[in-house]
Parts: sequence; structure tokens; C-alpha cells
Amino acid sequence: MAEEKKLFKVTIDNITIEVEPGTTILNAARKIGGEVAPPAMCYYSTLKGSGGKCRTCLVEVAAGSTADPRPMPKLVASCRTNVMDGMIVKNITSEKALDARKGIVEFLLINHPLDCPICDQAGECYLQDLSYEHGEEGTRYEFKRRTFEKHDIGPYIQLHMTRCILCYRCVYVADQLTQKREHGILDRGDQSEIATYIHKALENDFIGNVIDVCPVGALTDKTFRFKNRVWFLKPQDAHRDCPKCSGRVTLWNRGDEVFRVTARKDQWGEVQEFICNECRFEKKKTADWVIEGPTRISRHSVISQGHYVDTVEPRETLPAVMGGRKPKLLMDINNVSEVNRPGIDLSEIQGPAHSMDFDSENIKP
Amino acid sequence: MGRKLLLEKAQVEGIRNYDVYRREGGYRSVEKAFKEMSPDQITDEVKKSGLRGRGGAGFPAGMKWSFIAKPEGVPRHLVCNADESEPGTFKDRFLMEFIPHLLIEGLIVSSYALGSHLTYIYIRGEYSWIIDILETAIGEAKSNGWLGENILGTGFNLEIYIHRGAGAYICGEETALLESLEGKRGLPRIKPPFPAVKGVWDRPTVVNNVETLAAVVPIILMGGEEYAKIGVGKSTGTKLISACGNINKPGVYEIDMTISVEDFIYSDEYCGGIANGKKLKACIPGGSSVPILPANLLLKTAKGEKRIMNYESLSDGGFAKGSMMGSGGFIVLDEDQCVVKHTYTLARFYRHESCGQCSPCREGTGWMEKILKNIETGKGKMSDIDLLWDIQRRIEGNTICPLGDAAAWPVAAAIRHFRDEFEWHILNPEESQIRNYGLAHYADPLEPAVAAV
Ligand SMILES: Cc1cc2nc3c(=O)[nH]c(=O)nc-3n(C[C@H](O)[C@H](O)[C@H](O)COP(=O)(O)O)c2cc1C
Ligand code: SF4
Ligand code: SF4
Ligand code: FES
Repeated sequence: MAEEKKLFKVTIDNITIEVEPGTTILNAARKIGGEVAPPAMCYYSTLKGSGGKCRTCLVEVAAGSTADPRPMPKLVASCRTNVMDGMIVKNITSEKALDARKGIVEFLLINHPLDCPICDQAGECYLQDLSYEHGEEGTRYEFKRRTFEKHDIGPYIQLHMTRCILCYRCVYVADQLTQKREHGILDRGDQSEIATYIHKALENDFIGNVIDVCPVGALTDKTFRFKNRVWFLKPQDAHRDCPKCSGRVTLWNRGDEVFRVTARKDQWGEVQEFICNECRFEKKKTADWVIEGPTRISRHSVISQGHYVDTVEPRETLPAVMGGRKPKLLMDINNVSEVNRPGIDLSEIQGPAHSMDFDSENIKP
Repeated sequence: MGRKLLLEKAQVEGIRNYDVYRREGGYRSVEKAFKEMSPDQITDEVKKSGLRGRGGAGFPAGMKWSFIAKPEGVPRHLVCNADESEPGTFKDRFLMEFIPHLLIEGLIVSSYALGSHLTYIYIRGEYSWIIDILETAIGEAKSNGWLGENILGTGFNLEIYIHRGAGAYICGEETALLESLEGKRGLPRIKPPFPAVKGVWDRPTVVNNVETLAAVVPIILMGGEEYAKIGVGKSTGTKLISACGNINKPGVYEIDMTISVEDFIYSDEYCGGIANGKKLKACIPGGSSVPILPANLLLKTAKGEKRIMNYESLSDGGFAKGSMMGSGGFIVLDEDQCVVKHTYTLARFYRHESCGQCSPCREGTGWMEKILKNIETGKGKMSDIDLLWDIQRRIEGNTICPLGDAAAWPVAAAIRHFRDEFEWHILNPEESQIRNYGLAHYADPLEPAVAAV
């Protein structure tokens, strides 16, 4: 090779890897994977300027670099801090970081309506995951939760401001993907809200992607509203020839009906190829699409509780990090729901799943 | 008694006008700097002077100047932080209102040192009349050849523009200030990069407080070493203190940092003692963000030494037993003041001023305010005190900008030193609505400290 790039050695939770200079701690940790990767509620690798706000990704830097091995006095936002050569980072091995994260989860939840039973995001909500993984039981908050005046932002996108965690991702999407940003954050402090200044519909092409980047149920798909729980649907990779975008999507089927169309998300829940509004909102027939096959779903997701053959096993890093301590299982859906009996194997159902398939009569023991 | 460097001439009749200011020796530092010194020499003098930032954090000004990046072909800027919105702090207002040319003079010399051809004064919007005063001063300076093109024939060009804020405390935080200056929402930036590398419009920028930049004038005139001889240790030069609260003579005082807190409160030259013959209960020595101290810990440190009005002595004892110089807003509370109510008032302020960008500050400040309101109105529970402690603990250090810390510290300090009073409020919900806890034991002599906590 003509040019040898100098790589930086960084140790995160006792695991050492080499990364390119300019890599953030978060992305280095994602290379290791598993629980070593801090949770990220506001950072989004494809959105410039994102990150630094939610503070869930705080980690402890036990040594800044080989050249300057002093520890950093405060926890740092791993999504916005670059690694240095010889840096030593503690995430799940840091009591301080875990405690701070518990605090952050509590802060994010005190004004959250906790209306998961009627929220379309339930089952694929990052705040739910975060709370199960990093939160404490119960709340110490005893006051009225914050409410907002309702804003109608048009025929495609439903806004529930009470659920918003102000991650600013949707603002970056509008800034970076659409012709013109029509919404933003108004007001200040705990009164901040997502809104258009004068009630206005969000109709720009590509604006539908705000739904996919929104970590919570603050922005959901109006054309899918209340139609189904996501874990009853069968996600499949599909594509079509689209003049505007790559046309590579995930279809969420039940029977022949396409309930909704989303962009494809990677293992960190991030969209790498954003899709246009037409693909998302207008192509709701199976015939519109060429089906590629079942979407690979993380084993941790409630959606995968339908028992796919093809689920992605997360890399087990914990034994290396925690000296034998076991990772915790988020939630076994079978304990709380009737519908996902182990007897149902979505991968083995020919074609899309029907409600009949979930009928307890038909379930093999 | 104390030596005055900034406000010495502030009371001279007509000093606000250029002619009087010039006659009294104004703009000599510009002549000296432009004719006898190179930009680097000026920075060196400021370094030697030991001048520390007067905006709150106390970062050495000369060092900050030397960090400024100098990429080829990229303009650099100096920004004067005149946003002064911290409750209890009103020293910059006094300086700009009474002796505006001193700031302009300091800005010219500093801009020359930093190579800024476009310097901004970001001023608190509510100071509307001061904007007029400064505009006039800038106009006068310009028509007398101190601003504009080719100043004093050196080839150095400089314009100073005033930008007014729109009423947000957070725009005093330097990176929020820069965003606001660019015409955006005043949201603090995530650092790094620091302003010295990427400031306003991504250009290298130095942000300094009004008083810091004004102090450059005497430093150039007398030399950095002479300046450093005033004061003690790392507290060099003079400091403006805005004193308020239950004292006989509220106002802005220039002190050299060798005077004791006790003298400052009780001597006739300064605060003139506690008003109405009352007793001193507590004090916030450096603006609303710094920890409150009870009378006994204010006048003497935990080691039993006299507390002096300077950076080191005010912070002696750390957060457990000390406070901070902060921005020099000296707020005195007498025996009739209620610490719970006072803490609630501050919590309300910080909740209102949080920009809302990061979760701990956005949510935590509101939560603390609500709990404090309950305690204040007789609806508190004993568990609320520990809850407050836990909330502030989880805000502090975990936010994007120091406003989160500034919201956490007053609550922490109030609970640390005045827990009795919080408990009394909770245990006596009705009585606490009609009378105050009073002086209690907060002025009692302290047991000599055994070991540091
Ligand atoms: C919330 C907040 C408000 C601030 N307000 C002011 C202010 O009004 N004036 C000021 O000079 N510095 C203020 N600061 C400090 C500035 O960020 C910055 O440190 C200062 O302007 C640097 O100048 P100095 O080094 O001369 O002190 C504030 C900081 C924070 C976090
Ligand atoms: S609406 Fe969703 S994406 Fe937008 S700021 Fe709120 S939580 Fe983030
Ligand atoms: S600490 Fe508060 S004011 Fe500062 S960035 Fe965070 S929310 Fe905004
Ligand atoms: S993901 Fe890093 S602060 Fe939100």
C-alpha cells in the first residue's frame, strides 16, 4: 500500500480496537457492538450536526490519550467526542456513567405521557427500549405532565408533541433532505415545541423521513394511524423503480395489504437510504413492489418475537467486558402478550401473515 | 482607600462625552499600543498582568487570546459580551453607562492585539438606553480617528458594531451568543470546537466580558507587571462588584482584591452595613449561579481565616464550604429573608432561561422549580429535600453548557447549608406561610474545622 494510515487505539470497557482518526467514541463503541455501544437518542449518523443533546450517550473518559493520560473531569457525550490515540473509555463499566444515564432516562420520562397503549410507535420506540435497559422502576415525579396546544401538520404526518424528546433529528431531516424547512422548534426551555410557525402542513418531498428518524411516537405516519400494532405486521424488504429515491424500503404487511412503508433501518435503528413521500405514502399495494424477502430483525426487538429463522444474533461482548456477568433480557413478549406464542413462526408462514395465523385455535403447542 | 483603575474617572462631569474623556487622558492606551507595541506584545502584557475573565469563569484573558487560531486568509473577530443578565450582576451596565469610552478604548487595543477588523458588542436588549450611549461613543471615536480605516496611520482598520440581544439569559453563554449574533436561535454549541478555533461564522473568535476588555486599558498604560502587583496571588488588578440586597449602600464598587468580605459589607466606603439594623444571614458573593453561604462561612473560611474578596479566598473550601467570585454580583440577605423562597426564585429563573436543548437541564430545572414551589407554599414532604439533591446532582456536569450547573449549584448549596430551614418549612406548613425561620444559627461561630471534607 502506498499510504499507511495511522490508526488510533482506543479501549472501551476493557476491549481495545483500532479506528480511524476522527471517529467518535460512539462509533468506535458501535464497532465493538453489543451493550458496549452507548444508547443514542439524538445522534443520527446520516444527519449532519445531530447529537450532543439528549445526553444518554454520556461515557467516562478514564484517560484522554497516550500523550495526555489525564481523565476527563466530566462525563462526555460519546456521539460528539472524537477518540484520541490511547484513550480509555468506560461505558458499562462506569458506575458514574450508568448513574447519570439513569438520571437522563428519568428526566426524559417525567413529562412523557406514557401513552404507549395508544401510541403507534410502541414496539419500535427507542424511549421504551432505553427505559427498559437503563431506567429505574417507577417515577418520583408527582406533577402534572406538560401539554401543548395541538398542531395539525397535514395529511401525512401526525404530531404528538407531548411525546417528543426534543432530539432535533426531524429538524435536521427537514434542513438537509427537503427543499425548504417548514417546521422547527419554537419557544425555549421546557416549553420548546416542534411546530410550524403558523399552522401549516408539512408536505415537502422526503419530509416523511421525519417519521423514521423520530425515536419516539411524536411523529407518526397518519396513513397508518391506529391501523395495527407493529408486532402484528410482517416486515419484508422490497423495492420498486422510483425516479426520486432508491425505492428500497421495508413493507409492513398483513395479508395482502401493505399497512405501511418505511425506509430500511440498520442495526442501530438508523436509516441509510431515505425514501420519498410517494414510496412511503402512496404505494400501498403489494403489486407496487418487488418483494425481496423477510427483513432481518434484531433478536432484541419485540417484532422478532414472531420467531424468524433469520434473526440477527447480536454479538455477545459482555463476557469479555463484565467478567462473566450476564446481559439482561429486555422483555420477553411472551410473558405479556398472547399473540406471540412460541408456536407461531412467521418465517414459516407462506406469504404474508393473516390474523388467522395468530388465532390461538391454530397455534401448535 | 482602594485603588481605582476603571471607575476612577467615572464621576467626572461629562466623562461620557469624548472631549472630556480625551482631556482626562482617554485613548492614550491606543496611542501607546499602536505606536510602541506589536499585537503580540500587547497579548504578552495582558498575560503578564494575570487578568482573569470578569464574565464569570475567571479564565486568564491573555491565555485565551494566545489560543486564537490564525489560519491564512480567514478573518478573526473579537466579541464583547455585554449580555449581563445574571441576577445580582449589574457592573457592566454601570461601566458602559457612565464611562462608555473606556470600553471602546479597550476594544480598540484588544482588536488590534487579536487582529480583529470587525468587533462586536453583544448587548443585553433591555439595556436600550445604553445602546444609544455606546452608539454615540462609537460615533465620536470614529469621527476622531480612533475607528475606521488606517487608524493612527498604522494601516489597521476597525469597525465596532453593536448587536442587541432579545431577552435571553442564555445568550450570555459565549457560544449561544455567537449563534444569536449569526441570527440564529440562541442555543449553546457543543464544544469542541471552541470559539478560538471556530467562532462566529466559523471564524476564530475571542469572546470577553465588558470589564475584562476595559481592564486592558490600564494594563497597557501601566504595564502588565505593575497591574499584577495590585491584588494577591492569581487575583490581580481591580474587580467591579455590584452589591445589592439588604445593605445600606447598594451599588457598583471597584475593589482591589485584598479587602475582606467583612470590611466590604460593613465599611462605610462600600456596602455600609446591613440595612435597618438587621443582622447578616447569608450572601451570594458572585451572582445568582454561585453557591450561597451562611454568614458564619462567609466572613471566615472553614479554616477560621478571614475571607477575602478574591477568586481564591471566595472559593476556599470548595463547594462544600466555599463559593465563587463568579461575575461579581454580591447579594446580601438579612435575617428576615427566607432561603427557601429565595432558592425557589432562582430555580424559577433558571427554568425560564434554560434553552431546552439538553434533557437534564430542560427537564430538571422545571422539576426542581415545582418541588421548591411546593415546599415554599407549605405543601412539601421531607423526601422532597433528598429528591432535590438527587435532581441537582444529576444535572450538574451532565449538560451541554454551564447553565445546567448554574441551576444546580444554588439548590445544592441551599440544601447543604440551610437544610434546617427546609425541614422547618416542611414540618411547619402553616407557620412557614406567616413567618420566616429567621437568622437561626447561621451566624453562630463555627467549630474550627478538623479535616477537610
Ligand atoms: C448561562 C450563562 C450566561 C452567561 N452570561 C454572561 C454574561 O452575561 N456576560 C458575560 O460576560 N459572560 C457571561 N457568561 C460567561 C461567558 O460564557 C464567557 O465565559 C465570558 O463571556 C468570557 O469572557 P471573560 O473570559 O472575559 O470572562 C455566561 C455563561 C453562562 C453559562
Ligand atoms: S418530533 Fe421526534 S424527531 Fe422531532 S425532535 Fe421530537 S422526538 Fe425528535
Ligand atoms: S444546559 Fe440548559 S441552557 Fe445549556 S444547552 Fe443544555 S438546556 Fe440549554
Ligand atoms: S446521542 Fe449523544 S447526546 Fe444524544
